Amino acid sequence: MENITSSPAVQLRGVFKRFDNVVAVEKMDLDISEGSLMTLLGPSGCGKTTILRMIAGLETPTEGDILIKGKRVNDTPIHKRNLGMIFQNYALFPHKTIFDNVAFGLKYRHVPKSDMKNKVFKALEMVRLPGVENRMPSQLSGGQQQRIALARAIVIEPDVLLMDEPLSALDENLREEMRREIDNLQRMLGVTTVFVTHDQREALSMSDKIVVMKDGLKQQEGGPEEVYNYPANHFVADFLGHSNFFNGEVVGLENKQVRVKANEGNEFIVESPGNWTVGARIELVIRAQKFKVFYKNQQPPEGSVNLLIGRIKDRSYMGGEVSYFVELETGTVIHAIDMAKLKPFRRGEDVGIQVAPRDCSLLSKTNGSA
Amino acid sequence: MLKISGWSLIRLYTILIYAFMFAPIVVVLVLSFNPEQFGSFPMKGFSLRWFVKLAHNEPILHAFKNSLILGSLTAVFSTAVGILAAMAFVRYEFPGKNTLNTLLISPIMIPEVILGVALLLFIRWLQQPKSFALLVIGHVVLTLPYVLLIVQARLVGIKREYEEAAMVLGANALQTFKEITLPLLTPAILAGMLFSFTISFDDITATLFWATAQNQTVPVKIFGMLRNSISPEINALGTVMIILTIAAPLLAGYLSRKFAKGA
Repeated sequence: MENITSSPAVQLRGVFKRFDNVVAVEKMDLDISEGSLMTLLGPSGCGKTTILRMIAGLETPTEGDILIKGKRVNDTPIHKRNLGMIFQNYALFPHKTIFDNVAFGLKYRHVPKSDMKNKVFKALEMVRLPGVENRMPSQLSGGQQQRIALARAIVIEPDVLLMDEPLSALDENLREEMRREIDNLQRMLGVTTVFVTHDQREALSMSDKIVVMKDGLKQQEGGPEEVYNYPANHFVADFLGHSNFFNGEVVGLENKQVRVKANEGNEFIVESPGNWTVGARIELVIRAQKFKVFYKNQQPPEGSVNLLIGRIKDRSYMGGEVSYFVELETGTVIHAIDMAKLKPFRRGEDVGIQVAPRDCSLLSKTNGSA
Repeated sequence: MLKISGWSLIRLYTILIYAFMFAPIVVVLVLSFNPEQFGSFPMKGFSLRWFVKLAHNEPILHAFKNSLILGSLTAVFSTAVGILAAMAFVRYEFPGKNTLNTLLISPIMIPEVILGVALLLFIRWLQQPKSFALLVIGHVVLTLPYVLLIVQARLVGIKREYEEAAMVLGANALQTFKEITLPLLTPAILAGMLFSFTISFDDITATLFWATAQNQTVPVKIFGMLRNSISPEINALGTVMIILTIAAPLLAGYLSRKFAKGA
């Protein structure tokens, strides 16, 4: 992004939200840069939607401040915040035409009639649905309805665009198309966007920044590559992608490489930034996609490092790739996802699996170094 | 060959039930066109004389006017109160909500006689005379539960997101209600008004306690006339009442369908 200025468009300062006795959001600090797309990612009930609704003004924080464009908005009523919001189920007004739906926000901004018409038509063109202005929402498909909702939100030129799982009601094929549409539109307009989702693919593919949440607490905040490749804790590693976890300890340090021994007995060489000491208790994280699976007697791609021998216990063919569960001699089961070859390995076949040291990461078991 | 199966028995049974339900009504309808003073079959001709006589019966016309005004006022007030109450019950949280809701619904479960006497005693206690206002208040109490139930059911079905979307777009609470909630509630509001009008128009038990000599409604008048004599005029009046109570919902249904198409 070119024009990210230093002052954040949206800020949360120590925000708490409790519903009766249930804590929905705990001590949340967030800075959302002007023009960027930030994703709140987490399982249902993690508080991500509550944060979005607090920014919108649909919920009031129990404690803490919310600032939009540097101005505290805790006491600003919803209708004066100048926001755009996209709902999971589109929420188009069923009794109004598409034109009236899109023009709704303009009506309260005292836009003259002629300008209103131009703006509505321009917004409909932007979402690539010109000519539907006289139809009713029920006459459009789900994907079209969500595009109209998008047009309705951007036509008022909002300070912040809020999206609450906007793709989850659409079917698989449409979702990808709509995702790219939102992405392009957001970049074209440069509107600060907060995107709430539980889908890691959506989060990884469109975000400038991802905030991973669990039980109302921020787990990690960073760019998609950072969050994916350097998960801050077990939860993040587990939630984003399929990971294998091994508890163990550091048994040696060689150059930049750390030698780790898993409790089950296997030893791994890990390339990991950070200062580790011999004897430190660690958790080793290896993504399923990082394992290569090959015939037992085949030449391993990475030499002899981190080479394991096992037997295919279970597999599921997914078209482009195959998900294997490989049982090692120690009894440990490793989840590996590899490109599908012409003839995938069968259940019961003996295979070699290998992972490169740079594709392993370490988490400290005690709150030591990281 | 006639085969008697379980289904034909059920068919016969159904026909009999409908016959028992509607035969008396049909008799009233038919006898209202009977020229004779005393109804007997076969009828000796066809005449509108009882309708003509009815049209010149001042007290009945007066009662009829009363009933129409009372029904309309009841429909308006009951619906206005019902919408506000339903909004409070569905959209907001406040202490005592369930108790209040049950209290407003309870007139459905309380026998009308008791309701009639209770309101009368209450008015006496307030040292107020019986009046037309008392009738309106009483009928609003009687019909409010129906309006409340209908509007509440509809309101639950209107997703909160519509209102939230409107507010985020810049509409304040009142504008949101006017632009979004009220139009989406229209079918329920029409149904509620219709219900309260017909209930009010037909009510006799409670109304007997509340009506005064000047404020008689049609059912109360009919009841009074029946005590003196069985005049064929009553048949004619009955026919008019039946046609009205059937026509009102049909008309409303037609109008709402027309609205839905136009929307």
